[in-house]
Amino acid sequence: MIYLDHAATSYHKPPEVARAVYQALLGTGNSGRGVHTASLGASRVIHQTREKLSALFHVGDASRVVFTANATESLNIAIQGLLRPGDHCITTALEHNSVLRPLYLMQERGIALTMVPVDQRGCIVLEDLMAAIRPETKAMVITHASNVLGNVLDLEAIGELCKTHGLLLILDASQTAGLIPIDMSELGVAALCCSGHKSLLGPQGVGILCLAEGVLPTPLRAGGTGMDSFSTTMDLPLPACLEAGTLNAHGIAGLEAACDYLGCYGIERIYEEAMSLAQRFVEGIRDLQGITLYGDLGAPLRTPVVALNLRDYDSAEVADELAERFGIATRAGAHCAPEVHRSFGTVEQGMVRLSFSHFNTVCDVDAAISAIRILEEETR
Amino acid sequence: MRPKTLQCIVTFKTTTQAMAFETAAKASGLQGRLIPLPRAIGAGCGLAWKEVPEHKVAIQALFMQQGLEYEAIHEIVI
Repeated sequence: MIYLDHAATSYHKPPEVARAVYQALLGTGNSGRGVHTASLGASRVIHQTREKLSALFHVGDASRVVFTANATESLNIAIQGLLRPGDHCITTALEHNSVLRPLYLMQERGIALTMVPVDQRGCIVLEDLMAAIRPETKAMVITHASNVLGNVLDLEAIGELCKTHGLLLILDASQTAGLIPIDMSELGVAALCCSGHKSLLGPQGVGILCLAEGVLPTPLRAGGTGMDSFSTTMDLPLPACLEAGTLNAHGIAGLEAACDYLGCYGIERIYEEAMSLAQRFVEGIRDLQGITLYGDLGAPLRTPVVALNLRDYDSAEVADELAERFGIATRAGAHCAPEVHRSFGTVEQGMVRLSFSHFNTVCDVDAAISAIRILEEETR
Repeated sequence: MRPKTLQCIVTFKTTTQAMAFETAAKASGLQGRLIPLPRAIGAGCGLAWKEVPEHKVAIQALFMQQGLEYEAIHEIVI
């Protein structure tokens, strides 16, 4: 199988990540639930991983790196925990349902929501974000990059806008963490939410929520933390107040190894290699009349994601053909980003998404180009 | 692209239902497979089971016998 669905999850993991998970499974205690070697070992791995993620995203303090189950949980904590009835919030038409559905839930609870549309290339215009700001605006909840189109938002400009107007910037970095450097402190991000299993190359089951100093969402969960057992509440400092229940120490051990890999290999190098493959793919098919490509493909900064359609064929049918006949794994349908499809008129057709990794090869890309060219020719 | 033919398509409300059906279908000797949900039936993230129409009765029997849950059974050209 040629795996071109890295925007869903990174299929290829560095061998050291697998080894770290295996080693952890051979003997890891429960962090904070004892003062014996096994428990302390888990606490040390978890803390080291917080330190590494804090350095990676320039959080400034490892205690403000919170572990969750996935990016969706991180976003729910940030959105539900920071917004209050009466607040106004701005988001974009590029968002994934992990952002939209919590926001719609908060709308039912009394927040006002403005969704900024995309332009013809699927880009967010800064002036549109600016125009949406009201006196009661509390936050912007935005994705760093569209999971469908690969378009990257101008985070520097959006960060400046939020700083100027005193808005909380809640960032969905699921598509960019580990691929594009993010300096949370410099950019003025209040809450950075991402998963550990995409470009961070860790195992599934670990999400990350990094908080700026002074940003403290109301916890969504209450429960055991291993501390202050006789208290009826969970009045604890970060990160414990947002981490009720046992953490996924085995997965976090894998994520620590992934952080080490990213540090050694280099995020910039990973980005360049993956983008080079994505660009090769685009160049290999862009002359085909029967192929519609979506997104701002000429942008200097984007993610290695290519969304396309073959004439008016159902994207599900095309993806199935690529999988069954050519052994190429892609993603079809709506990609949990409904407003992107409303914007491009592809609600019914969906889009076929091919997402590349530096672990892919030129041969993989050429096989995908060949497959698309064959399908295009067959449907003339 | 492969020529379109009449197919029996089973849809599910959840991935869990689809996985349960796949296990039962394989055990019972059905020849179909899971495919992405065709747009003729619905949009969005989803799985469907594609089977030759001749096996529709066998699929219905399987659901009855094993009490498995599903959304609908369609016959469409895809």
